This record gives sequence, C-alpha cells and structure tokens, in this order.
Amino acid sequence: MTSLPPTPPAGRYPAGALAFPHRDLLAIGQLQTHEILYLLDEAEQWVALNRQASKHSNALAGLTIINAFFENSTRTLLSFEIAGKRLGADVVNMHAAQSSVKKGETLIDTAMTLNAMRADAIVIRHGSSGAVRLISNKVDCPVLNAGDGQHEHPTQALLDALAIRHALRARGRNEFNGLRVTICGDILHSRVARSNILCLQALGAVVRVCAPPALMPAEIEMMGVEPFHDFDAALDGAEVVMMLRLQNERMDGQFIPSPREYRHLYGLTVERLGRAASDVIVMHPGPMNRGVEIDSNVADLPGTSIITDQVEMGVAIRMACLDVLTRRARGVDGWGEKQARPGDWV
Amino acid sequence: MKQARPLIITGARLVLPSGVTPGALRSVGGVIDAVGDVQPQDGDEIHDARGALLAPGLVDFGVFAVDKPAFHFGGITRAALMPDQSPALDHPAPVRFAALSGKPDFWVHPLAAATVGLAGTHLAEIALMRDAGARGIATGRRWIADSGVMMRLMRYAAMLDLVVVTHAEDGGLAGTAVATAGDIATRLGLPSAPVEAEALAVARDIALAEITGARLHLRQVTTAGALKLVRAAKARGVAVTAGVTPAHFMLSDLALVEFRTFARLSPPLRCEADRQAVIAALADGTIDVVSSGHDPRGPEDKRLPFADAAPGMAGAETLLAMVLTLVRDGVIGLERAFDLLARNPARLLGVDAGELRVGAEADLALIDQDRPWVVDSARMAATAGNTPFDRQPVQGRVTALWKGGVEVDD
Repeated sequence: MTSLPPTPPAGRYPAGALAFPHRDLLAIGQLQTHEILYLLDEAEQWVALNRQASKHSNALAGLTIINAFFENSTRTLLSFEIAGKRLGADVVNMHAAQSSVKKGETLIDTAMTLNAMRADAIVIRHGSSGAVRLISNKVDCPVLNAGDGQHEHPTQALLDALAIRHALRARGRNEFNGLRVTICGDILHSRVARSNILCLQALGAVVRVCAPPALMPAEIEMMGVEPFHDFDAALDGAEVVMMLRLQNERMDGQFIPSPREYRHLYGLTVERLGRAASDVIVMHPGPMNRGVEIDSNVADLPGTSIITDQVEMGVAIRMACLDVLTRRARGVDGWGEKQARPGDWV
Repeated sequence: MKQARPLIITGARLVLPSGVTPGALRSVGGVIDAVGDVQPQDGDEIHDARGALLAPGLVDFGVFAVDKPAFHFGGITRAALMPDQSPALDHPAPVRFAALSGKPDFWVHPLAAATVGLAGTHLAEIALMRDAGARGIATGRRWIADSGVMMRLMRYAAMLDLVVVTHAEDGGLAGTAVATAGDIATRLGLPSAPVEAEALAVARDIALAEITGARLHLRQVTTAGALKLVRAAKARGVAVTAGVTPAHFMLSDLALVEFRTFARLSPPLRCEADRQAVIAALADGTIDVVSSGHDPRGPEDKRLPFADAAPGMAGAETLLAMVLTLVRDGVIGLERAFDLLARNPARLLGVDAGELRVGAEADLALIDQDRPWVVDSARMAATAGNTPFDRQPVQGRVTALWKGGVEVDD
C-alpha cells in the first residue's frame, strides 16, 4: 500500500493568483492538492446559484469563450456552453470535427485562427493525447482541456470529486481520506480514468481499477492504484463505484467478445453491488450503455446512484474553472497584470 | 571530381582497426596509397593535421533522405539509403537514380525494397536492382508479417549474396502504437505496444536466417530481450548483425513527457533498463553498427499531436558526437567507435571503404575529438531540425572531410 498525502484543510488558500497560479487547465497531473480543493470550493457558489430560479451572473460579461471540439460531444459541450452563458460570457461553439479540419487545415493553423479572433478562453476537446497542450502553446488566452485523446479530462475528474463530496456530506462524512474507490471499465482508453485516478489520489482516496487484461494499461500500478481483473474482488468494501462507458466498437471481438460477455463479467448489477459498502456511491460519466456495464436498476437507485448529480456538478465546476482562469484578463484584484509567480505559469 | 594531385595528411592520430597511432596518410587517385610512417613526395599537397584525429569517413547505414549538408557536417561520406522514398526504391530506375544522386562528393548506396511498394506481399525485382546499384535489400520502415514471403525473400537474397535489412517490430503487436507499453505511455495516454514486439520479430528473422543462410542485418535492436537473442545467434554462428541509432543509447521514454514529437521514433524509445542493455551490447560487440537513421522532418510532420506526428529524427549531424560520448564514458575505445560508424557498415555493403587501409577509397574525416558545441535544432545543416538532442552540449566535431581524396567544401 502506498502512503497517501494528507489532505490539507480546505478553505485556506494563498491570496489572489497564488491560489491557482496556472494560465491553463490542461491536466490534473499538473495541479497541487490545494489547487484542486480551491476549484472545488470555488464551485460551491455556482452549485448554489444553479439551484436558484434565476441562474445568472455577469462575472464574465463581455468575454468571448470558444468551445472548439475536434471530437464529437454532446454533454460536455452543452455543459461548457451553459457554464459560460450563466457567467454572462459570449459563448461560441466550433464543431471542428466537421469543419475546416476536414479541409486539411492543420491543428496549429486552427489554433492561430481562434487566437486571432481574440477569445478570452478556449475550451478544447481533441482525439489525440497532448493535442490541447500543443494548442495552448500557440495561443495567448487560457485553454481548458475538455478531453485530449486517452490522456486527461480534468473537468470530469473535478466534477466527480465535487459530486462525491456532496454525497459524502449527505452521509455525514467530510473528507476523502482513505475513501475506497473502484473504477471499472475500459481503463486503457479512458482519459476519465486517468484524471480521476490522479485527482482522487491527490484528495486522499485509495483507488482500485478493474478491467479485463486487454483494457488494462501497462504498469498502471505505477500510478499508485491496485489493479483487478475480478470485478467481484474489486467491489469488495468499495465506498464509491465508478463505471466507465465501453465504446461499442471495442465489444466486437477486438477487445471483448460481445456486450453480453462483458456484462457477464463486468456489468454492475444489484447482486454485485451487494459486495460494496452498504452506503456505496455509484457513478458513471455517461453516456451509459444500460444493460451492459451498468443495469438500469442500479443506475436509477435513488440515494446510491449520483449520476445525475455528476451532470449538475459539471456545470458548476466548469463555471468555477472559467471564472478562475479569466480573472487575470478581467483584472480581478490580486489576479492582475503582474504574474504572481512567473515561473509557475504552466 | 577525381583527385588530381596526391594528398598527404601529416601529424595526425590515425584511427586504424588495430588502434590509434600517430602518423601520416597519403592518397593518390582517390585511393589510400600509404598509411603510417609516410613522407611527403615532390608535388604532394600537404595538409598538417596538427595532432587531430584522422578517421575513415562515416558510412551511415540506413538513412531516409539524401541531405548532403547534414552528412558532411557529420563527417559522413557514404550512406545506405532506405527504400522508403517517394516512389519506393522497388524498381531498377529509381535505384540507379538514387545511386548517382550524391556524386561526386557523397556516395549513396541504395537499399532495394524487398517487396513491391514495400507492401510485404510480392517480391520486387531484386537482381535487376542489384545490377542498377543496390547494395542490400530492406523491408523499409515496416516488418514483413507473412513469414512465407520473408523466407522466400531471404532464400533469394542468399543466392544473390545481398544483406537483408529488416525492421524488427511484430506488426500485429505494434499496430498503431507510438510508444513502448509502460508507466510513461500509460500516464500520457499514448497508444503503446509491449516491448516484446521487438524480440518476437527478431526471433523469427533469426530463425529464417538460419534456415536460408541469408545475411541478416537488424537495423535497430533496442531491447534487452532482442539483444539477448542476437547474442545467442551470433554465438551459434548465424550470419546476423545488429544496428542501433544514438537515440536508443542516449534516451529513454522519459523524453516523451510533455509530448515532445522530436522524440517520436520508430521503434519507440524504451525504458531505462533497455537503454542500459543497448549500452552493454555496444560494449560487448553484440551491436555492430551505429547509424543516424537520418530522417529530417519539418513542422508539417512534427508540429502535431504526438500520435499524429511522423516518426524519425534528423540524426546525421549528431551521430559522431553521440558515439564519442560512449568513448568518453569508457564504454568503447576509439577504434571500436569507428568500427561501428564506418568499418562494419562498409563491410555489410561490400564497399571498399570505411577504414584507413592501403587500397581503400580515400574517404577521410579529420576530427577535433574534444571540441565542444551545443546541438541547436533551430540552426542545423539538415533540411529540418527535428533532433531529440536539442540544446544538449556535446563534444567532437569534424574539421575537414575528403571524399575519394578530394576535400569536401560546403
């Protein structure tokens, strides 16, 4: 068992930009624990706002946010769009998957075009690991990674952490220390898994990953997680069970013989869930393959499944990220022109 | 241009196969006329080496582009050109063209494509390409998956006495991988293949070499497991040789972090233990050849997400300096360094060059062994600066170069 870092007390952060000294949000792997907690705490105000009848702030009024999605997405794009609009920004969506990229324009040229349009923040999803970082090197404004290949999906991990925190509070618990989390599914191809492993570990959780051998990345234990092939064993005593979507094209015999066989070994059923802790939290980043990786009667279990809470937290987290990353451009006190620690801008 | 006047280089430290000795070298009519204790004769052009190292011009085994300024910077006077050109060297005409493309001050020895279009299915016209100037047969950047095709190819090559140069990566395992499976690839989320993809391919190719009696050269052997197989095959007397590029003894897959595409190579960079195994194999003689794999690639191929970028590095300029680090680290001696860089590759190609020997072609490099310089990808002689060694301080620089006794001037 690896030793875990202690969780610093939440709510006490360095002043101004020192609390989050990054220009971009590219990966959980580049954040300190207190920076993750800072974003979670910042999101709470937006959770509250989003639950009111009038869900509007003018914090980002006059700013332009471009959502450049080089990969098809419905939920994440919608979530970012709502987040930007609730903050009062002008939000533009660019469906790059069916635009100039098809005409042969390079990624760099697209990035430079977006930059020339003077966006105040660019949200990017791309099918290649590292692509968002590459773009961030070529633009002048903050860049948010909305998923790059099989590398990272940082806002998903943050919203998952926020959803877990809310569910834990409902159970009378306050922190992640020692929390037993099992992530099951296509770990190999999952940026959600990678970001969640890093985020949950930073917060103090103990993470297990479960997948058939063909979908388990090499040396995943080097990331400090315990790998399982046996789902029942991986579920034993789990306090959080996070199921991952299995792409249909991976269930046609290349990785998995069939959806039916996958469900037989790795489907989350009510019976299987009995091995987990009695007050277990069930999660799924969506969209779900009901009846494959998760049964409907588990996905819809009130109090246990927090899948819709995840979606709700997603908007709040994205509002927090957009707010924090644009503070310098907006000249918010303590975040102004001068960089707090120039060397730390990543 | 033919050498007009006899040349004598005096006051040099001569790199001979037997060791480094002070002396002079005289070249007449493009050929080495005398080596060692030689005196100038009337009418000789005299070049005083002032104690610098005089070595054979480097023979770069397996490059992807004819890039003379980079080769000359690196002291390279001959190169074996891979068939992965556009169009592929799978026909006598492009082979003949390639064979003449560097002359007079640089000689290109084309490697014929083993199969039509390098597709791995139909044998190309190898004998015709040999007679057009091909000095070997290569499978290109790819492995030939069909063992039946490979066996027939090697039988044919054995009959023609041409070396077969293979890319040893099992295609099924390698798939679309751009990294070696392990901690780094997992963290970065890069498509990866298990390290055994190389040993599997090496094992098959060695078995076929034993069956067919063909001469096999594995252009890059980069893993401990595959090097073990090569070592054992050599001990059994199999006609197998192995090569590597400096990337695999200088760098590990740590160079991939931050998705640096200049470190996107084929085969991919390996873990630190494999890097150490390559160094050990260079020391014990398992590896016979170090080549540059020179493959200059501009931003349109490299300024892309890691997995979308083209593999390859511009290696010609740094080849000598990187091998000299092995000498400075005491891994190999100077004479062995030039076995790896010139003598062994010349032998594989069957050309009379690559060593300072009377009767051999006067391809000569004068080297300031200790001269420090810094690799700078923005200021390279090559057509592109895609070096994974950017900003690395190195030592060893070519100060003068002769091809066939004529000084190269560019």
